[in-house]
Amino acid sequence: MSANEKKSTHGSCPLPFNHSDVIRLSHGAGGQMTSNLIRDVILRHFGNPILDKLGDSAELHVQNRRLAFTTDSFVVNPLFFPGGNIGDLAVNGTVNDLAVSGARALYLSIGFIIEEGLAVGEFDTIVETMQRAAGAAGVTIVTGDTKVVDHGKGDKIFINTSGIGVFDHDFILDPRHVEPSDVVIVSGPIGNHGIAVLSKREGFSFGTDVVSDTAPLGGLTEALLRACGNRLRVMRDPTRGGIAASLNEFAERAQVEIELDETSLPIDPPVAGACELLGIDPLHVANEGKLVVIVAAELAEEALAALRELEIGREACVIGRVGGKRAPGRVVLRTLLGVRRVVDPPVGEQLPRIC
Amino acid sequence: MRYLDEFRDPVLAQGILRRIRQTVTRPWRLMEVCGGQTHSIVRNGIDQLLPDRIELIHGPGCPVCVTPLSTIDTALEIAARDNVAFMTYADMLRVPGSSADLSSLKAMGADVRVVASPLEAVSLAESLSGKEIVFLAIGFETTAPASAMAVLQAERRKLNNLSLLVAHVLIPPAMAALLQAEDNRVDAYLAAGHVCTITGMTPYENLVARYRVPVVVTGFEPVDLLAGILSAVQQLESGQCRVDNQYARAVSTEGNTSARAAVERVFEITDREWRGMGVIPSSGLQLRSEYSHFDAERRFGIERRETRSSSRCISGEILRGLRKPTACPEFGIACTPTTPLGATMVSSEGACAAYFKYHRTHAEDKSGEAQP
Repeated sequence: MSANEKKSTHGSCPLPFNHSDVIRLSHGAGGQMTSNLIRDVILRHFGNPILDKLGDSAELHVQNRRLAFTTDSFVVNPLFFPGGNIGDLAVNGTVNDLAVSGARALYLSIGFIIEEGLAVGEFDTIVETMQRAAGAAGVTIVTGDTKVVDHGKGDKIFINTSGIGVFDHDFILDPRHVEPSDVVIVSGPIGNHGIAVLSKREGFSFGTDVVSDTAPLGGLTEALLRACGNRLRVMRDPTRGGIAASLNEFAERAQVEIELDETSLPIDPPVAGACELLGIDPLHVANEGKLVVIVAAELAEEALAALRELEIGREACVIGRVGGKRAPGRVVLRTLLGVRRVVDPPVGEQLPRIC
Repeated sequence: MRYLDEFRDPVLAQGILRRIRQTVTRPWRLMEVCGGQTHSIVRNGIDQLLPDRIELIHGPGCPVCVTPLSTIDTALEIAARDNVAFMTYADMLRVPGSSADLSSLKAMGADVRVVASPLEAVSLAESLSGKEIVFLAIGFETTAPASAMAVLQAERRKLNNLSLLVAHVLIPPAMAALLQAEDNRVDAYLAAGHVCTITGMTPYENLVARYRVPVVVTGFEPVDLLAGILSAVQQLESGQCRVDNQYARAVSTEGNTSARAAVERVFEITDREWRGMGVIPSSGLQLRSEYSHFDAERRFGIERRETRSSSRCISGEILRGLRKPTACPEFGIACTPTTPLGATMVSSEGACAAYFKYHRTHAEDKSGEAQP
């Protein structure tokens, strides 16, 4: 968090926004406008030491036990896309938020907001998928809620999931532990989920179907914790805002520069092609089954080996390094031609360009 | 990936760079016309790798950026009306008008929809027969054929609830206007490859014959751009000028004749205002009289009025290649992609957005070197 952000976190300052402003889609896109909204409204009212950390999960201490607690809402359109549907997304999303904070996911709650008119068959498919995803992730769905709203007052179905997990170790993962010369690793090709959903929604076809990567990450995170212990600095599942948003957050919190190497970014050709065509940076595209981690350099090989042992981590690779203090708080990319350029978090929603 | 990787090959790119360094003996200013090329240049750092004697100046080839404020205001006025579904390309949503932008209108409940093709507007008009469907048709020679097809299909399907707010502009007249200007800084053009896929080479032959400047039809990947720059520098150094096609994998001499035929059937050439450049003769398209029932301004009885851009925004000078984005006192301070003062900071093709997105590290590295 920058000095400016810190200043306005707690209630004493005047309203940092204009009261006639309205919420726009960009406020929910995970970029700068989302951060502003969280800082200027949500933290201004809710701020407390646990929430202020803005981790993927809240870390709670209950009777000498360290617990992780998190929540997430899913509003994806279309509901069904190549590789998954809103159901497995909703389970994996929350399970992964627990996993990347270092916890083992145990229990989930599910809240459905259903728009009148949704086919019962579709709802049944979604619920069945959720049960299968929960089984695969080793979590139990233990409580829930169902509401139905008038036709036109929702978008078929919205799902909220909350989850509880436990920490089986004493390691503290925190972006502030990141140090110069640490290594940035990603668990596989990036951008597949965002492009799969966009292609389905807009009716684009890019030769081969791009398939969402939605998957539970608990296996990978536990393997990494075993292999690296407390020299594993921090983990994220780079969903909204993509790798760029996660790494910018790390760089900002740790006040270091992170330098990525363009030649080592793993991007499947159809995803690269789609991004080219749409004018979207693959670093900004959402993933739903990928891990981006920072580990101490001397543990890089062990981390890669641990990830590659599992099928979903088979293509894990190093994509960059933590640099010095040249541009603290910034992510840069060394391009194919050897020039450095800045990698910003996305500003608003991803808009395809016109030509 | 085929057709992509080979045009990003670092070894090939370094080889062309070496040849550029060996060829250049004097200072030259090359304008890349298209905003997509500007982004590729800045994103790949090509401007940092060129010898100091070669200055790349960024042209007006960003359709969102050159759409005048009056058109945005007209769009806002139509989109705010009841019973209108207003459709346009995504880039236009955040371009500030005099009082708002389409995105904020949408947030307030206006029916504003993003499309990837104007043919989606035709389908919507067919399915929502009780609603007025309006398409904001912007862009260069590349997007005009799709607008023309939308009109022809709407005519065939006898749709009377679709209209177009037409703001299409043509690139070669703007290139000529820049060369005619007293403050012209252009020694050679890198012409926009995708525009040339439609226009073919003829308009550029005329430009070269009249103004004696080299024009190199150039693609968008690093190797494409460097090859275009090398060709332009070779011509300048040897005192030649001709049209050279460095994007032959996409551009043919005659261009896309069927796309042009559709455009010519539906549209006629007219004088058009460009943001920051004023009215350029014969640089725009308007619906021919036999298709004027598809004209949104006529349908909604809107008169164009005088509008004034923010006095703090220097996008006019940027679009003419007179100043660089970093020369603007508001750049990166009052004007950012989140709080844009002008279209060049909004659009994914805009030069200011490109500099903001990719160039800050370079500047910081330089300042870091100056103050160790």
